Parts: sequence; structure tokens; C-alpha cells
Amino acid sequence: MSVLVVAEHNNVSLKPSTLNTIQAASQIDKDIHLLVCGFQNDEVVNQASTLEGVNKILQLNDEIIQHQLAEHVSQVIINLSKNYSHILAPSSTFGKNFMPRAAAILDHSQISDISGVISPDTFIRPIYAGNAIATVQSLDPVKFITVRTTSFEPVEIVGGSASIEKISLNLEGIATKFLDRKEAKSERPELGSARVVISGGRGLENGDNFKLLNEIADKLNAAIGASRAAVDAGYIGNECQVGQTGKMVAPELYIAVGISGAIQHLAGMKESKIIVAINKDEEAPIFGIADYGLKADLFQALPEISKELDLLNDIAK
Amino acid sequence: MKILVAVKRVIDYNVQIRVKSDNSGVEKDNVKMSMNPPDENAVEEAIKLKDSGEVTEVVIVSIGQEKCQDTIRTALAMGADRGILVKAGDDIEPLAVAKTLKNIVEKEKPNMVLLGKQAIDDDCNQTGQMLSAILNWPQGCFVSELGINDSSITISREIDEGLEQLEIQLPAVVTCDLRLNEPRFASLPNIMKAKKKPIEIIEIESLGVDTIPKVKYLKVEEPPVRQGGVMVADVKELIQKLKYEAKVI
Repeated sequence: MSVLVVAEHNNVSLKPSTLNTIQAASQIDKDIHLLVCGFQNDEVVNQASTLEGVNKILQLNDEIIQHQLAEHVSQVIINLSKNYSHILAPSSTFGKNFMPRAAAILDHSQISDISGVISPDTFIRPIYAGNAIATVQSLDPVKFITVRTTSFEPVEIVGGSASIEKISLNLEGIATKFLDRKEAKSERPELGSARVVISGGRGLENGDNFKLLNEIADKLNAAIGASRAAVDAGYIGNECQVGQTGKMVAPELYIAVGISGAIQHLAGMKESKIIVAINKDEEAPIFGIADYGLKADLFQALPEISKELDLLNDIAK
Repeated sequence: MKILVAVKRVIDYNVQIRVKSDNSGVEKDNVKMSMNPPDENAVEEAIKLKDSGEVTEVVIVSIGQEKCQDTIRTALAMGADRGILVKAGDDIEPLAVAKTLKNIVEKEKPNMVLLGKQAIDDDCNQTGQMLSAILNWPQGCFVSELGINDSSITISREIDEGLEQLEIQLPAVVTCDLRLNEPRFASLPNIMKAKKKPIEIIEIESLGVDTIPKVKYLKVEEPPVRQGGVMVADVKELIQKLKYEAKVI
């Protein structure tokens, strides 16, 4: 049997989360098919056609599924499910939305947020915000899985040559009307896949002070993140939240500024390769997991960091 | 309009959990338990809608051991009208929870079911989506704004890129994000009053729900411990270390 991966995209470009999900799929089976459903999505199919490891792309191009609402995407998956042993999607708000719906309609359970593949029916997944690691075995005939993308390297975007099969389905009307999508526009790298992330917490005191992070982010080509406390306080948008109920990140370098380090925040970033913590409270729990800790007033430290970076001959990006 | 809110009793979010030495799970004996945090947002939203007159009755349901009555009482003290406890074992999985809730929905006939978007113990993020699937109702997940119209709701849902707005016909299932509202604290008089509010107890066996797990937990282990590193004296040393020791900039 084959593995079906549901591509995350916005009808224009493929999201990096798809690449990590394909990597997870490749550890289960070598025959990987990619489902691209949406409207006017030729460009996405084009990008996906050279992905390493993908044998076939199933393209559904239909106006009714333009916004990829859960009620529709789950219908598509159910229609295709009999051909597959495993169906995978990234454990982003995209995958989390429709995958349990599809599984339940077929009276199947779902394995959420896997961080490792032991065998085709046995997986590793973090529970309790990553404070415990469970090994779970699925007894269902079809495995519905969402993938923790930070736990799997992205596949190469070139080297593959997938065949493209256009599919069409009679999708039922649904009781949901799409109104609007407000995407935060940013010139910076995407938070989930950036090489460097610099995050601010309540220590920044207000939204304006997040500008202090921008200057450093520009120099390091970093994405900007935030603790839940900072988002709740309205300093910055929810799309920046790192943590148990926000985004999982695992960059090469994570710089936590004015973040104390609640369990829920650590859950979202402790897989980062190098962690730097800057906090004026030397008792802050974040120092317990930081590779480099700096006890300092961030309002002095941040401009200094910016200046020191200027003194370097070159900065890896 | 009537709202059903599902709440889960979990280890309190401030507790540092411990993995059992035989790797069979997480230690729950003598550990502080509380209502799952996003479920509190679900309760709060239902009560807010009742306060504003748009909702006439708020019913709380919890599935699990006898002790889940404490969690239901908390919601009743916040202002909900009555509770239902479905007595079941500790570890029934999201699909079985959804099937149990479907039974309760068919009995209670609410216009809307509210749940937290995710339980902070198993971190599954499945139950609401599964319930709406088997009811064949529309779903609104990870909701941070909820408005009621005549026969529909307008929601903002938190997505990785920002926000998505949908109009959803009722009846519907809504899963709540932590940013939906600020849950109230129950006042002492309301805690006293809650003690008199009715809680109906139902045995899960009587509902005929298949609770045999489809996902077997083979073992639960401690995560690899991340060693704390060094404190640096100043910004200069930090940048030097990042450049020449960690080689990340």
C-alpha cells in the first residue's frame, strides 16, 4: 500500500511543512502520493512535482474547495482513503483542522503530532507539552497521522519527478461560509522553518518595544516569535506565538528575550539547537535550558547586540 | 438557545509532571488536578452568552472518574446551570469521547457544543473535530472570537498565518482558543450555590459506546534532559561564543 500526504499550500505556493511531512512519510513507505486540493493550484502542483520521494501528485482543482475548509478536505480524504495504508498531514493548524474529522468519519483514531517513526504502525509522540514521550501503536487499518514538522528534516525540493493525476469529486455543499482570511504579512522567514528565531516575552513591556527585536532579526535574517504572555498582552499577533498551544520551532539558534520560560513556552522551542536567554531575573527557568544565558536588562543588551553584530566581518545567514 | 460544554479533568498546568518508573504512564496519584485550561475558556464563553441573554441554558458534561464531579462543580460555580458526569475509565481516547458526547448531544439537543481546542495532557487536539464529524455538524476550531446571529455564528479562528473568519450554520461544534476570553473566578456565594446544582450521573456502559482503544500506549518515557549551559558575562562574550564556539551566526 501507499502513503498519502496532504500538501499544505495557499493555492500559490507550497508550505515548507509539506516537505517535513513527506520526510516522515518516507520512513513509513517509499510509495508516496501527494494530495494537492484547492483552486487554480497549478503552480503548487508544479512546485511539488520535483519534490524528492514523491511518486504521484493527485491534483483536485475545484472552486468549491478554494479555501480548503475542513468539511471539504475531509470528504476528499475519505474518498481516497481505500487506496492508502497511511494518510499524513503536518500538525499545523491546517492539518489539525481536517485530519481528526476525516479519521472519525471512517471510525478511525488519529495519531497526533508524531516526532518519530518506529515501524509502520508504531510512532513516537510527545505528550504533556513534551514533558513525557509516548510510544504508541495504532491498531486501525488506515493510520491517520499528523506530523510534528520540527522533528523531521525537509526533503529536497529537486530531484524527484512525480506523475500528475487530475482528480474530480462531487463534493457536497457544507454549512460553512468562508468570509475572510487575515494573514500577517512579513518579509521575514517563516517562523516554523527559520534558521534563527528571536522571541520576546512580557519583559519587553509593550508592543512598540518589539521593534528592538526587528533590528537584530534583520541582521540575522531571523523570524520573530513571542511568548503567550506577550501575545495575550496584545504586544504582537497570535501568529508569532511559540509554545504548547502555539507554534513548535526548532531553529539553529533561538534567542529568548525577556521570557521567563513557562513549561508551555519551553514545549515549543526546547528542540532548538542553540538557545540563548536574556533576562534580568537570574532565577528565570529559561536559564535552565539555555546554552548561553545573559543576565541583563534587555533594553541595554539589545542595542549592544545590534552594535556587536555590526562589528563582525560576516554573519552566517 | 442551549449550549453544551465538555470539560476535562487534567493535571494542573502548573504541576511539573513525573513519568512512572515502570514507564506505564504519568504519575497522577496525589497530584493537583484542575479543569483543562482551554475548557475554562469554553465554559466562560457559554456563561458570557447566557449573561447577555442569547443563551438560556448551559449544561456541562465531563467523562471520566467520579472525581470529575469537582471539575463540573467548578463550571457550575462559574455560572453553568447543571452537569452531567459520564462515568468511565481514565484513559478513553478522543474518538470514544466524541462518540460519548454524541450520545449526550442527541439526548440534550443543544444548539452548540463548546470544547477546549486541546487537552494539555495528551495534547491530541482531536475531540471537537471528531464530534462534529460524527454528528455531521460544521466545525469551528481554535476560535478566538465568537458572535451569534439568528441561526448561525460568526467566528474568528486562529491559524498559523493569522486569522480566518467563517460563518457557520447552527447547530455547530466550536473549539476554543485561550484567547477567546478571560475565564472568571467563581465567587464564594456562587461556589456555595453550585453545590446545590444538579449533576446527573450516567455509566458509560449504558450508552453502548465502544471504548476499546485503537491506539495502544506501549510506553511513556522521560524526554532527554537538555543540559543548561553557561552564563556569559556580557554581550561581547555572548556574540563571540555564538560566532566562534557555537558557530551559528
